[in-house]
Amino acid sequence: MADISLRKVAKSYGKTSVVEALDLDIHSGEFIVVLGPSGCGKSTLLRMIAGLEEISGGEIAIEDRVVDRLEPRERGCAMVFQNYALYPHMTVADNIGYSLKVAGVPKAERRARIEKVAATLALDTLLDRRPAQLSGGQRQRVAMGRAMIREPKVFLFDEPLSNLDAKLRVQMRIEIRKLHNRLAATSIFVTHDQVEAMTLADRIVVMNAGKVEQVGTPLDLWNRPASRFVAGFVGSPPMNLVEATIAADGAGVLADGTRIDLPEHRLARDAAVIVGVRAEDVRIGPAVNDPRLVLGVEFIERLGSASLVHGRLAGADFVVTAPPALAEGAPEGLALTLPVDRLHLFDAVDGRRIETDASSVEALPIAFETVAAPAL
Amino acid sequence: MERRASFRHWWIGIAFAVPQIVLIFTFFYWPAGQAVYWSMTLQQPWGGGNIWVGFDNFRQIFADALYWNSVALSTVFALFSTVLSMGLALMLAVFVDRELTGSKIYRVVMIWPYGIAAPALALAFRFIMAPEAGFLSFVNRLWPGLWDPGLDGTDAMISVIVAFSWKYVGYDFVFFLSALQGIPKALKEAAALDGAGWLRRLWDVQLPLLTPTVFFLLVIDITESFQDSFGIVDIMTSGGPARATELMVYKIYFDGFKGLDYSGAAAQSIILMGLIVALTVLQFRFIERRVHYK
Repeated sequence: MADISLRKVAKSYGKTSVVEALDLDIHSGEFIVVLGPSGCGKSTLLRMIAGLEEISGGEIAIEDRVVDRLEPRERGCAMVFQNYALYPHMTVADNIGYSLKVAGVPKAERRARIEKVAATLALDTLLDRRPAQLSGGQRQRVAMGRAMIREPKVFLFDEPLSNLDAKLRVQMRIEIRKLHNRLAATSIFVTHDQVEAMTLADRIVVMNAGKVEQVGTPLDLWNRPASRFVAGFVGSPPMNLVEATIAADGAGVLADGTRIDLPEHRLARDAAVIVGVRAEDVRIGPAVNDPRLVLGVEFIERLGSASLVHGRLAGADFVVTAPPALAEGAPEGLALTLPVDRLHLFDAVDGRRIETDASSVEALPIAFETVAAPAL
Repeated sequence: MERRASFRHWWIGIAFAVPQIVLIFTFFYWPAGQAVYWSMTLQQPWGGGNIWVGFDNFRQIFADALYWNSVALSTVFALFSTVLSMGLALMLAVFVDRELTGSKIYRVVMIWPYGIAAPALALAFRFIMAPEAGFLSFVNRLWPGLWDPGLDGTDAMISVIVAFSWKYVGYDFVFFLSALQGIPKALKEAAALDGAGWLRRLWDVQLPLLTPTVFFLLVIDITESFQDSFGIVDIMTSGGPARATELMVYKIYFDGFKGLDYSGAAAQSIILMGLIVALTVLQFRFIERRVHYK
């Protein structure tokens, strides 16, 4: 368990800047997910913490100890690599126990610890196999075991699930989170998959082009995306983003001249904004006295539990979640209502969030009764 | 997927293969067949027919202590030159792989010795090893008479081994380097996180993954040390002093072209060929098993 703090950490290759003056505090025992598109610098960030990549500026401290100049092995981090990086010439047992062997742990103790770790990962019957004889999921678990056996202060995961098929990915995701709950080591998990981020993280760090866009809990990101980038990256389907200008009375005017009501704001007339609304927040059917907002339907994705209606609204791509029944006989046009308290506003120039009175609306608290879990 | 090309007529494929077949036949199978025939006969040095003698030539060779001497010398030469060239090459390749200063330059320079013809490099080494004025003459200044490849058989053997290894270091280096760079970087990083220093990583992770290359180079180097050593021996020592560097391949030349014993030389070259084939088979049979392929 360890706090990690990054102060103005930067990385550049020659003139190309990959990570720019990044500040981040990670609390002991926290599960942090670094989320971003490929090339945003998230893996570089992880590798800098691990010590595999030198930093070009700033300072990294683990447990209040500055580790910038320390070798990877002196930092107390364990890492799970994207392609697992298992030693192909060693058995599963030797792979898992290699760090102990290097550390000079006696053979009997080594064996005992390997078996203990293998048992928790359901690898006990595979200990004498070579990596080439394992399936993708098994290799993934060996890589986890190799990291776990060192009882590290910090776990680093570099897109560890991206080489697995969809079903296995969901399963391993749950395994990783359970493992974290049990071991309570500080974990940093890098991914480009926002579902992984939302489900695993205590807090998510969204990165774009070497900079941090937002740091927050999954629900923070969902309810109050700090920028247009976060709004468009988190969520499936991503948030709808439509350009608008502010009219004299404070309403929004879309590109095709349609007026929409906006939450209370302090923007000047003619200011350019981006209006964001999630597909599931859009209400189908015309608003009272307001039949003008019509979605030109292009196609419908049927998910079973709901249907996603794709189309264009005032020249922008737009998606609406509709009841599954709508799948039959797709209409050409769909009248919509954008609920004022569910709209997000972003600056059209720098993409930052504009605070409105709707911004204070969080997910509605639901009253529920706490019941003791039944004994198994 | 079917990757073979198919032709409309059966003879087109054969036509493509003909030039290669002609070359191989003319320069390999025909001379080799001829050597087998000669080894079974007694050839007249200046032409004029031959007499069929069966295996008499072989019997004579196997009864000859001088021949066994050359076999022993060849074995020593093969062992030491292979170990020396592969050891040095591996060390240099590791340095280059770690991108130490200057590695870019000598990555290029290293292969040059392999491109130098054996007589030319042997001449250079003859000067380097010369006891009276060469590079090593300072040894004799400190300990007079210690180094003299012209009189001391061991010194002569050391000289040819060093010269031959110098040529093959570059060749081996290229293979080792490409193999080292073919090892995924993440493996080294994983080992670094597991706490292994660079020497430990080399020993535990990189070397085991190099074994296919080590095996390949072992076969090549040993084979070449039996064949390619002729030029170096001829220029540097002419098999001397007192037959101390008379390797098998040099003895074939000497008995055949100086001694005019064509039949005996042909029989020796058949034995050498058989020996190389046997060694290669042995290596594949016993060493390859211990090689880790990915």
